[in-house]
Amino acid sequence: MKKPPLSLYIPQPPARPGDKARFDHLSFDLGAAARMPDWRTPETELRDLPYGLVRVLGVEGSAWDPHLAPEVMRKGLRAMVQTRLFEDRFFRAHRQGKVSFFMKSTGEEAIGVAQSMALEPSDMCFPTYRVQGWLLARGYPLEKMINQLYSNERDPLHGRQLPVLYSARDYGFYSLSGNLGSRFGHAVGWAMASAYSGDTRIALGYVGEGTTAEGAFHEALTFASVYRAPVILAVTNNQWAISTFAGVAGAERTTFAAKALAYGIPGLRVDGNDFLAIWSATCWAASRARANLGPTLIEFVTYRVAGHSTSDDPTRYRPKDEGEHWPLGDPVERLKDHLIAAGHWTAERQEQMEAELFDELREAQKAAEMVGSFGKSKPPVSEMFNDVFKDPDWRVTEQRRELGI
Amino acid sequence: MPSMNMIQALNSALDVKLADDPRTLVFGEDVGYFGGVFRVTEGLQAKHGTKRCFDTPLSEGGIIATAIGMGVYGLRPVAEIQFADYILPAFDQIVSEAARLRYRSGGEFWAPITIRSPYGGGIFGGQTHSQSPEALFAHVVGIKTVIPSTPYDAKGLLIAAIEEDDPVIFFEPKRLYNGPFDGRHDQALRTWAGLPEAEVPEGHYKIPLGKAAVVREGAEATVLAYGTMVHVAKAGIADSGVDAELIDLRSIVPLDIETVTASVQKTGRCVILHEASRFGGYGAELSALVQERCFWMLKSPIERVCGWDTPYPHAFEWDYFPGPARLARALLKVMENS
Ligand SMILES: Cc1ncc(C[n+]2csc(CCOP(=O)(O)OP(=O)(O)O)c2C)c(N)n1
Repeated sequence: MKKPPLSLYIPQPPARPGDKARFDHLSFDLGAAARMPDWRTPETELRDLPYGLVRVLGVEGSAWDPHLAPEVMRKGLRAMVQTRLFEDRFFRAHRQGKVSFFMKSTGEEAIGVAQSMALEPSDMCFPTYRVQGWLLARGYPLEKMINQLYSNERDPLHGRQLPVLYSARDYGFYSLSGNLGSRFGHAVGWAMASAYSGDTRIALGYVGEGTTAEGAFHEALTFASVYRAPVILAVTNNQWAISTFAGVAGAERTTFAAKALAYGIPGLRVDGNDFLAIWSATCWAASRARANLGPTLIEFVTYRVAGHSTSDDPTRYRPKDEGEHWPLGDPVERLKDHLIAAGHWTAERQEQMEAELFDELREAQKAAEMVGSFGKSKPPVSEMFNDVFKDPDWRVTEQRRELGI
Repeated sequence: MPSMNMIQALNSALDVKLADDPRTLVFGEDVGYFGGVFRVTEGLQAKHGTKRCFDTPLSEGGIIATAIGMGVYGLRPVAEIQFADYILPAFDQIVSEAARLRYRSGGEFWAPITIRSPYGGGIFGGQTHSQSPEALFAHVVGIKTVIPSTPYDAKGLLIAAIEEDDPVIFFEPKRLYNGPFDGRHDQALRTWAGLPEAEVPEGHYKIPLGKAAVVREGAEATVLAYGTMVHVAKAGIADSGVDAELIDLRSIVPLDIETVTASVQKTGRCVILHEASRFGGYGAELSALVQERCFWMLKSPIERVCGWDTPYPHAFEWDYFPGPARLARALLKVMENS
């Protein structure tokens, strides 16, 4: 029999500029909230969870409701709003030439903020650039953060690193870098070290859904599984990796949470725009990790509302209004509405809070600009040579001399 | 003849190859519909179809492994690595596989792949959008490494690279995409428009790999450079007042050793210029070769002007980037000896 010719399959996103925005390819049922098994349940009994969706906000009587005290939710709301205002401000600052580069997490603020609050101060986060909210939720000084963005004389990273690629050890926030995925395994190693040391601390690692294609993602999962590392491995699935839709990372076939199945570890798929669901899933996974039950992979389903960075124009590759069709709404609005409906918050208090945060930010920016925005001030050039090694070798000494510093 | 910037010239090379050879495929992160973060593949998917130019998963190791497999089948893949800084996850595929396949299989299999990647600094990209990793690849036997400095060369060299039966790394100096840059960062930006090097034929032409270009003839010293540094060298030579010969290597493997040797034998002095950090950089190899072949003609020790031995620092772009002033100083220094 004649064999039919093969043909190469190339995935295409559901909509491009000019098309009607669509999300019907996402395989979740917003009405049906995932069941919440006891966190001690063996992995073999959890294998439906990667295909469900953990949700709390907007779901009547969700089993995953963490029943947070109103002041905790208000604190979360505040940090999310602060993150949004902060990011909007410094995105604009790029157009004014005050920063060389910037990135926003608009629409994804709940993830970094809720996880930052739900985990212990002594736990360790191995972040991506999309979780600036982690730092804000932990009260990282605004002015210091802005000094980093400005690479100015008071930049805590001494002018060496791109804006947003913070490092904040005291805030449980590992050094960021531009290369994707390469720190996912560090979270696993750190967690293994904590287990080895008989410590009680756990780790959290982040990657974007695009980055799950890197070998580093799979290596980290293997090590985490093999050594039952006390780590939470998070995939923020915001549907886009720059211009590349999640289908090119495998989303046409399965969920990112389901990658856990092959490693024999629990996988949760969570509404990433739902502050309470994120909180609850994080605590569930943290309980397992702290009880020596090993790692959990969590997929946060969310949407990257803004462009990838200040260098990107998303209208070139996706419908302009795509974000308006996103079925999981806006994380800030959803928590705010929940608080108001429960009688713990009012529109007036929201307005007042926003005004306060706005002023606070403006003051911090002013203070940082007294030192200098990007290019107006920089650390001493000798900082270029420091920290290459703990103790400089002759090359550094000679080259400093050549530069006359 | 149309005037093209380097992005357009590279795009034209890919377009020519996609049109004249069905074995040519173009792929990488964001290269399909979007046309690449630097727009080098813009319009190619619309013109040649989604099977000829497409987006890949975000996996450099996967991109190169897949390209090798396609090359082994008989295609001629042109893979883009979005920034040279992100080529390292593919290092094993390049070094242990692409570079050695022909040798270890007794010539049964080979990888006719081209890996394009923007490299180099001058854009405030910090340590992961500015590096110049060419020496890592030059050290590996079995791959060629090409670096153009003008739109005309970029197109001719890229077509030659694609038509090569061996794997080629094609580093594109991203600071030159839109215009020549001589390191004088405080002056107005220049574009390629109107420059003779930007006159690029529409059709097929090749510049052979391994042929350097003598950009400026001179009698007193030889400057060896490639990529962005060719333009920095022009400025540095002018500032120094030294009558220096400027050689644009164009491909660092294979290296046009005859042109280099002939020039240094004529001038008796040699200054090597590259952006990458100095220790173990490609300049070290050049320096050794020149010393081995021209020792008795040298009037002065060979000088290297390079990036410092530090990672590429964000705020110190112009303290790190080897500009014309440093080259001019080195030229005056080699002139002290006669
Ligand atoms: C190893 C590596 N390859 C490529 C890039 C270029 N790059 C930066 S961000 C990005 C997309 C990342 O997408 P995703 O992982 O989904 O995270 P998101 O930005 O959507 O949060 C790419 C390709 C990089 N930084 N590192």
